[in-house]
Amino acid sequence: MSTYTTASSTLLSTRISREMALWPLSLKIGFGIVGTIVVAGILAPVIAPYDPFFQDFTAALVPPNLEHPLGTDMLGRDIFSRVLYGIRIDMQIGFLTTYVPMIYGVALGAAAGYFGGWFDTVVMRVLDIAMAFPFLVLIIVILSILGPGVQNIYIAVFLVAWTMYARLARAEMLVERNKDYILAARALGYGSGRIIFRHALPNIVNSSIVFSMADFVLNILLVSGLSFLGLGVQPPAPEWGAMIAEGRDFIFQAWWISTLPGLVLVLAGTGLSLVGDGLAQRFGQRQQALL
Amino acid sequence: MTVTALMQDETPRAATDAPLLDVRGLVTEFRSRSATVVANASVSLQVPRGRTVGIVGESGSGKSVLCRSILRLLPSPPARIAGGEVWFEGRDLLTLGVREMAQVRGTRLRMIFQNPMTSLNPVWPIGDQITEGLRVHYGLSGHAARQRGLELLQQVGIPSPESRFDDYPFQWSGGMLQRAVIAMAMAGEPSLLLADEPTTALDVTIQDQILALLVDLQERTQMAMVLVSHDLAVIAETSDIVAVMYAGRVMEVAPVKALFEQPLHPYTVGLLASTPHAETTDRLESIPGQPPSLSQRTVGCPFAERCRFASKDCHNTPVTLREMVDGHASACLFPERIGRAGA
Repeated sequence: MSTYTTASSTLLSTRISREMALWPLSLKIGFGIVGTIVVAGILAPVIAPYDPFFQDFTAALVPPNLEHPLGTDMLGRDIFSRVLYGIRIDMQIGFLTTYVPMIYGVALGAAAGYFGGWFDTVVMRVLDIAMAFPFLVLIIVILSILGPGVQNIYIAVFLVAWTMYARLARAEMLVERNKDYILAARALGYGSGRIIFRHALPNIVNSSIVFSMADFVLNILLVSGLSFLGLGVQPPAPEWGAMIAEGRDFIFQAWWISTLPGLVLVLAGTGLSLVGDGLAQRFGQRQQALL
Repeated sequence: MTVTALMQDETPRAATDAPLLDVRGLVTEFRSRSATVVANASVSLQVPRGRTVGIVGESGSGKSVLCRSILRLLPSPPARIAGGEVWFEGRDLLTLGVREMAQVRGTRLRMIFQNPMTSLNPVWPIGDQITEGLRVHYGLSGHAARQRGLELLQQVGIPSPESRFDDYPFQWSGGMLQRAVIAMAMAGEPSLLLADEPTTALDVTIQDQILALLVDLQERTQMAMVLVSHDLAVIAETSDIVAVMYAGRVMEVAPVKALFEQPLHPYTVGLLASTPHAETTDRLESIPGQPPSLSQRTVGCPFAERCRFASKDCHNTPVTLREMVDGHASACLFPERIGRAGA
């Protein structure tokens, strides 16, 4: 508590370092992993030793060595460079497929929970319909109608991924809307929009943020999976799932083509999950501190 | 509720002598599948400009519901305002649109709640919450709002507001938070403040300070106040006029002195008799029985079951508030029995 009493009067950097000192270990490790991956993705043109599309048939299927840290694939492309550039694609798709639906999912759910009545009923029934189909099956159906490709992945995911966020936000709002400070805000003559988004939202969004980390992992796996099936990112783009698929035919001669991008995928997933767990813990602590 | 005379007066309300708030026959129900609970059964109440009206009554007598109905803050469903009018500054609040109502809430008619610890948003600095209304309803810029916010905090007795302005609610004590809540309410220079048990959640020494602050602010700004409490001592200290509520009805309205000296309703007599006094060590009197269930409609007086003066008529004659003496109204059919029994 003592760290808080002077919090308002100190520098932002000091406040950040104080906050980070309170982070649970899982959050620190997860943040480290995800941070490293993101930075590596941003700096890919600087770090990558080769062009990710550069083919060198004299150096095809070279196992990991000093020149090619993760080896080369059947076209002689440097896998390390491709994995680095793959961060950009996978993280970007993962980010957008997680946070775009989160924005309107939370907004819809919060509004439904706050207003109740017919609006709530309509939102919840639409949501039930979207949730009635298994997620992956629905995505594959939409993709096979619209055709493969990144843009269609976005469309398909945006249609169904908001449902969990709407559920979470609505459930939290049902509790929150009966609290005194919401009543007080209404008594002060604020509009519903202001009450929902400015007053209630900061208090109900934690669970959605925690869930978004797990969702992020699933979405990266989803995109990789779809690309593996040929429904997502198309070759020669350096996407992890597509790379894993490409290495399938050579798995016995050149294990590194599929395995090493796969390991990076696992690492990214683990990092994001750790961040999610850590955030859940940290939010829990803060809740306790407030009570 | 200076009652029948005014209630029959259908002339347009002249701005000068009309009461600031005029609640007429307000009925608020809560509906569930199994029952309808009538929390306010035809409540009439008038608040003159610049005065304090105290509302007393035990838990469940409809005091808070009345305040919330006036501001239309009850969630509907289950709550429903089934009848009545709420005139405030020349308009019937029950007929206003959502935006107009928000404007009234934000500027002229303010309310503060029982528990200051929970009536502020935990995630925003207190200063921001005090100035939000100024920015929303009065269009003040950030800087001007902050200046005014600091002034307000000063006014409600927060020492060195500059250094506490950016604190979060959990950093303040309950008494300080209630001061902040009052500052928020005063931000719009309201003409009427509804205070719903503003001191109940605070300890006794702080209670006195907050009441003194409210009285002081009221004298300075000439606003009217409705002070809800279940504590007769609080009402006696602060109010000009007292309304006694029981089972969702107003049983008696009187100037504060008259009510304490010459109560004209048996329930008020019982309430006064059950208040501890420092001078005596006698056993406290209590009112026998329980308040009636609000889901059963009674024809007669709702207090008849527990009233020692009740006769057959009390059980089956509808009661309304009638003016007995000047400004003193009671819903009792036989107020003369009180005196005769030598209460």
